[in-house]
Amino acid sequence: MAERRIRRARDPLGLKRALSDKLLPGLVAAMALLAALALAGSRGAEALKNRWQHGAAAAVTVQLPPEQSGRMDEALALMRARPEVAVAEPVSPDRMRELLRPWLGEVPALPLPSVLELRLKNINLDPAPVQRALSEAIPGAEVEAHGIWVARLAALARSVQGVALAVLALVIGVAVAVVAVATRAGVASRRQAIEILHDLGATQSDIAGRFARRIGLLAAGGALAGAAIAVPALAALSGLAAPLSGGVVQPWSALPWLDLALLPPVAGLIGWATAQFSVRRWLRRLP
Amino acid sequence: MVRFTEVGLRYPSPDGGLGPEALSDLSFTLPDGSFTWLLGASGAGKSSLLRLMHLAQLPTRGKLEVLGQQVRADRRAALPALRRQIGVVFQDFRLLPYLSAFDNVALPLRLAGRSEGSLRPDVTEMLRWVGLQGREMSLPQQLSGGEQQRVAIARAVVTRPALLVADEPTGNLDSHQARRLLALLTQMNRLGTTVVVATHSEDLVAQFPSASLRLEAGRVVHHG
Ligand SMILES: Nc1ncnc2c1ncn2[C@@H]1O[C@H](COP(=O)(O)OP(=O)(O)O)[C@@H](O)[C@H]1O
Ligand SMILES: [Mg+2]
Repeated sequence: MAERRIRRARDPLGLKRALSDKLLPGLVAAMALLAALALAGSRGAEALKNRWQHGAAAAVTVQLPPEQSGRMDEALALMRARPEVAVAEPVSPDRMRELLRPWLGEVPALPLPSVLELRLKNINLDPAPVQRALSEAIPGAEVEAHGIWVARLAALARSVQGVALAVLALVIGVAVAVVAVATRAGVASRRQAIEILHDLGATQSDIAGRFARRIGLLAAGGALAGAAIAVPALAALSGLAAPLSGGVVQPWSALPWLDLALLPPVAGLIGWATAQFSVRRWLRRLP
Repeated sequence: MVRFTEVGLRYPSPDGGLGPEALSDLSFTLPDGSFTWLLGASGAGKSSLLRLMHLAQLPTRGKLEVLGQQVRADRRAALPALRRQIGVVFQDFRLLPYLSAFDNVALPLRLAGRSEGSLRPDVTEMLRWVGLQGREMSLPQQLSGGEQQRVAIARAVVTRPALLVADEPTGNLDSHQARRLLALLTQMNRLGTTVVVATHSEDLVAQFPSASLRLEAGRVVHHG
């Protein structure tokens, strides 16, 4: 009883009741979940983009048939001599296995083709003369140019990332609006109490601070719940997406933990700042 | 000291502009430590004048000085500290309905940043002073009109304000309680507080003769 009385006394505006501890946190939780999905989508698209851009740089691969695999050095020298070629490097068997793992799984005994990666001086150069020179020297050698496709995929990943960031900005905007509306409702239902505190000598920052602390806390709590729901959702999604990003399936380490951990404090800060602004704006009408 | 110089007050009108002057051409000085009755018929402007005095309202013209400080619209940041030196008994009490009598009285001390330990004896003593010992935990709705008014009075004086402003504080009290309250206010006044009490009870004024300020239709018609 005594404890309850003190808690009440610390809340002279009655904000525990005026600002519902269900509606606002619930809305913020839903938005935090959306923000987590958008952030994870943006991170995933970014990883794909980097991977593919790297691929686009090594835009041409040269494959020697197994019976010619002894002539790797010769092929390398030939390629490095071509004016169109900036860099030519052999692909190590380890890297090869890693590239093929999502498609073939772990097959240590499989005979791997000998592959060179070329980067042309300019992505728009025609690889046909390189192909002709090579197949004259080493019969059966194949040149495959996929730079244009990889570049398009990277552009796609970039726009997916852009959309995800736009969704994130939208979620933040809606969160600010929701907090502003909730604050205004709280102020309206406590208008008399605010005026009494004001007349008794409470400062603007005192009154605005009481609202801001309460709303910041509710928003942070809601975001914590939203982030908690996001963890299993994202783990499931990243499990589904793993083959696409060519990685090993390790959903727990693939989650954007830092982003998730930042959601509650950021939501709390947004709530706090929005409430400060809305209440101070309202208080301007009092002398 | 409270000094009004050519003060006028207009309330906002419903159309968004300003209404007619509720108070006009107020010029008077209340010296430190004075006790002043504020008299006038209902609607004469007593409450409006007191609202100016305790800074719940700023004048629309003229100069206002309260407790030695100029009250200026462009210096609002200075007003809260000044308000905390003024005790107010509102005509409609204005207690916070979800706070106990104790917490309502403690509120000005908490707003001033007093520690919980040091405010307890003051609040208890003040509630005893207005005859509400044992009712500390009651909510306003559990108290009679007169008891609520006494909580409001205790809240007004608990900070030992330099200026005490009371708007018809005896309105809900029987004559015995009213005399007792006036004894409290004159006691505060003897301890150095400047007191202004609005009333339309000539009886009460006759029992506690003092300087008076009479308003009619928003103008001072008598001061002395
Ligand atoms: N908040 C307000 N808005 C508009 N007019 C008001 C307001 N408060 C008081 N008035 C007007 O100011 C005049 C003086 O009222 P008031 O100060 O309450 O007088 P009293 O306290 O002497 O009865 C009245 O005409 C009243 O209608
Ligand atoms: Mg009145």
